[in-house]
Amino acid sequence: MTTATLPVYTKKDFQTDQEVRWCPGCGDYAILAATQAVFAELGVRRENFVMISGIGCSSRFPYYMNTFGFHTIHGRAPAIATGVKLVRPDLDVWVVTGDGDSLSIGGNHTIHMLRRNVGLKVLMFNNKIYGLTKGQYSPTSEMGKKTKSTPYGTADRPFNPISLAIGSEATFVARTVDVFQQHLKDTLKKAAAHQGAAYIEVLQNCNIFNDHAWENLTEKDARSEQVVQLEHGKPLIFGKNRDKGIRMNGFDLEVVHLGNGNGFTEKDLLVHDEHHPRAAYAFMLSHMEQRPGFPTPIGVLRSWSDVPRYEDVITQQIRDVQNKKGKGDLAKLLRAGDTWEVRA
Amino acid sequence: MSTTVTEVPHRKREIIDKACIRFCGDSGDGMQITGSQFTNTAAIYGNDLATFPDFPAEIRAPAGTLPGVSGFQVNFSSSDVYTPGDAVDVLVAMNPAALKVNLPDLRTNGILIVNLDDFKENDLRKAQYPVSPLEDHSLDGYRLFAVELTKLTRAALKELGLDAKTMDRCKNFFALGMCYWLYNRSMDTTLRYLEDKFKSKPALVAANRLAMQAGYSYCEATEAFQISYEIPPAKLTPGVYRNISGNTALAMGFVAAADKAGIPLFLGSYPITPASDILHELSQYKDFGVITFQAEDEIAAVTSAIGAAYTGALGITTTSGPGMALKTEALGLAVAVELPLVICDIQRGGPSTGLPTKTEQADLLQALFGRNSEAPIPVLAPSSPGDCFWVALEASRIAIKYMVPVIILSDGYLANGAEPWKIPTTAELPEIPVHFETNPEDFHPYRRNATTLARPWAIPGTPGLEHRVGGIEKQDVTGNINYDPLNHERMVRLRAAKVEAVADEIPDVVPEGDTSGELLIVAWGSTHGPITAALKTARAKGQSVGHVHLRHLNPLPRNLGDVLKRFKHVLVPEMNMGQLLMILRAKYLVDAQGYNKIQGKPFKQSEIEQRIDEILE
Repeated sequence: MTTATLPVYTKKDFQTDQEVRWCPGCGDYAILAATQAVFAELGVRRENFVMISGIGCSSRFPYYMNTFGFHTIHGRAPAIATGVKLVRPDLDVWVVTGDGDSLSIGGNHTIHMLRRNVGLKVLMFNNKIYGLTKGQYSPTSEMGKKTKSTPYGTADRPFNPISLAIGSEATFVARTVDVFQQHLKDTLKKAAAHQGAAYIEVLQNCNIFNDHAWENLTEKDARSEQVVQLEHGKPLIFGKNRDKGIRMNGFDLEVVHLGNGNGFTEKDLLVHDEHHPRAAYAFMLSHMEQRPGFPTPIGVLRSWSDVPRYEDVITQQIRDVQNKKGKGDLAKLLRAGDTWEVRA
Repeated sequence: MSTTVTEVPHRKREIIDKACIRFCGDSGDGMQITGSQFTNTAAIYGNDLATFPDFPAEIRAPAGTLPGVSGFQVNFSSSDVYTPGDAVDVLVAMNPAALKVNLPDLRTNGILIVNLDDFKENDLRKAQYPVSPLEDHSLDGYRLFAVELTKLTRAALKELGLDAKTMDRCKNFFALGMCYWLYNRSMDTTLRYLEDKFKSKPALVAANRLAMQAGYSYCEATEAFQISYEIPPAKLTPGVYRNISGNTALAMGFVAAADKAGIPLFLGSYPITPASDILHELSQYKDFGVITFQAEDEIAAVTSAIGAAYTGALGITTTSGPGMALKTEALGLAVAVELPLVICDIQRGGPSTGLPTKTEQADLLQALFGRNSEAPIPVLAPSSPGDCFWVALEASRIAIKYMVPVIILSDGYLANGAEPWKIPTTAELPEIPVHFETNPEDFHPYRRNATTLARPWAIPGTPGLEHRVGGIEKQDVTGNINYDPLNHERMVRLRAAKVEAVADEIPDVVPEGDTSGELLIVAWGSTHGPITAALKTARAKGQSVGHVHLRHLNPLPRNLGDVLKRFKHVLVPEMNMGQLLMILRAKYLVDAQGYNKIQGKPFKQSEIEQRIDEILE
């Protein structure tokens, strides 16, 4: 490992010479710009970043980042990335994926990566559609949606990616939005700082095959009314006039109006705790947007540090055995067990 | 507890050349341990040998039933042994079901030892014997010894105060003791094994020891056994030996390869019969820094190994036929990104779930072609348990030198079978040089070595070498995504040429036996044993026969076509429907004929001999 001083990077150092081929207006441009800017500030040597993607528009991402990059096969990026981390736990490995890549064909690898807490940062671009293959529904498309492959409407309920991640015992779960540039950058930085697996759902707009998918959150004025921005230690308040909040009522969440003689004040509201030891709390928050009258939570739902990284446990096992038995000697290994000699 | 017995005047001790013993019983009777112990003792004594463990598919079928029968066969000799034996000389059958399944393989006048105590009405019914075979003269053609194994074992152990179930579990060691007497073998190796295996349970050491010694003494004391046998040590090439199974040899070969290469060994694997033991074995080698990853499925197993190879390790994945099928897309990726990966397919009966514990070699075409589009991969096949070590080394060396995935085709018979193996010194192992690219000046991820056509191994963490690789077709040299028609054709041909370049290092094949003549047998994998044995017999009879056994199935040795032309007939025995046969006929336009046995069992020496006779008459 070199001890030379870290170069001062700018966003430009993370841009490649390849022509970016996403459709004009695609949300991925914004995510790319934010990522390039953030990587320059993370204090990591550029050669130590590895971007690993699956298949999809999302997964073209590595070609546009001037780091080591591996564009793999549909759904399998987490597994490949696990192999990378087990051999070099010190590398900064990012998985770039989409709703189809990571929740359909990649579902199995996604939940195991999170369960194992492999030290990967996962950027899942959720545009609720299959863009690259031109318009089939995805596991996050709403029920009844008419698409190329479901002309009479989808028949299945969508996954809530955040709920699934929390259910897989992920130690860091966050949601952000492609057009909320500052929030996106802040969320990327928080994920980068997390030691174990960090799962970020980025709500992303595919303007060609599923335009306006997140408009209810992103259009003018919508953000303040339809989104609750979670911040650790701060109460859950939303609304243009900060006049609505979330409180616990028995075992459930409830939206309440503040002031105006309603009897509710900030003191009655839930104070967000990223580090709540019980995943159930974050799980409840994750379901909010599926309920009428509730806002969509963005920010870090869960950030739990008490679980070791998978690669560290594995590496420590090897170190422990080597300390106890000494480093393996091939000549001794070949002669081990019951042997006998045949003389001439 | 030794009994001094006066030498009975008519007791004979006969020196013979070889013997074949099969131990069989219920899955719970410990037949595998009994067989392995006898094998180890024979090996250390210096006999050449080959084994054939025959496992049932279920973990524990109902006791005493036909599907639950488990067997272990060992063929040992003072001369070269190539097969576990066509016919059995001594059959130890612990219950009627075992007898029913295995009796057809006992030769006429062979020794048959049965446990009389387990031939009750209930046991006979479960084995579907309407009448006891011990009473209906059906066993008159054999030398039958019906021994009260259970009663005698309990008597030997009565001082230990153990419960009946524990005592009965030592029956197999009584039978082992009997066989040690029959072949004048020392019980020392097994005593050492017992002391080690049960070191935390001295009662079990004592129980099994006493049972074994009682079996030995029983033969010494009774007059039932008139003859014992002596099989002198074989004249093996001088050296230090150990007994080794194919799976163990593969594991050790990979550890050796990574050690010689000076890079980490990474195994991504998913449990599957008959490959799981390689995962178990490699997971024990943490002192060598071996990283073993039991993945969530077969695809994660191979893709994690690809990620590891991308990062500078030797990536290995192990599986059987169904797992190979799952891995095919990932193998295509490995071909496209040109990384060192070794894939072991321990073949078993198929299709689909097939016969998990039975052997077959029907995945050759899958290994050669089982990917979308043109995705050539070198393929190697070991021919014996010990050869698995050398093939693991060779596959790893090729993978690293040519930056290419390599497939090893082993099979269930090699995986679990064992033979004496001459242990090499580390100096005898091939060098496996590794060069990681470090120079950023004029670096291109797909600029190839002029001889090997390998691309550079540029691993993450190397300053100045930041680049992207992927499954999409790429431009020659630069590696940038490229859909140009002529570039695609150029890349397809380059990938094929790289695999073909491996043939530069494959020695010319020289047939065993006749190098030209009437009949050439061409084969691969575990058929080596029976063919080698049959070849000896044929040539001793004056028949004009040669034998080429291929270790490299892709690319093939460059002179193979010439060798085929030097014979009037070409015979390809295979445990499949004619896969190498298809390749030879297509590539060399030769009218080769197949001998195809797809029964989940290896060929017998006699079957090959018979076919040779039929062709040459």
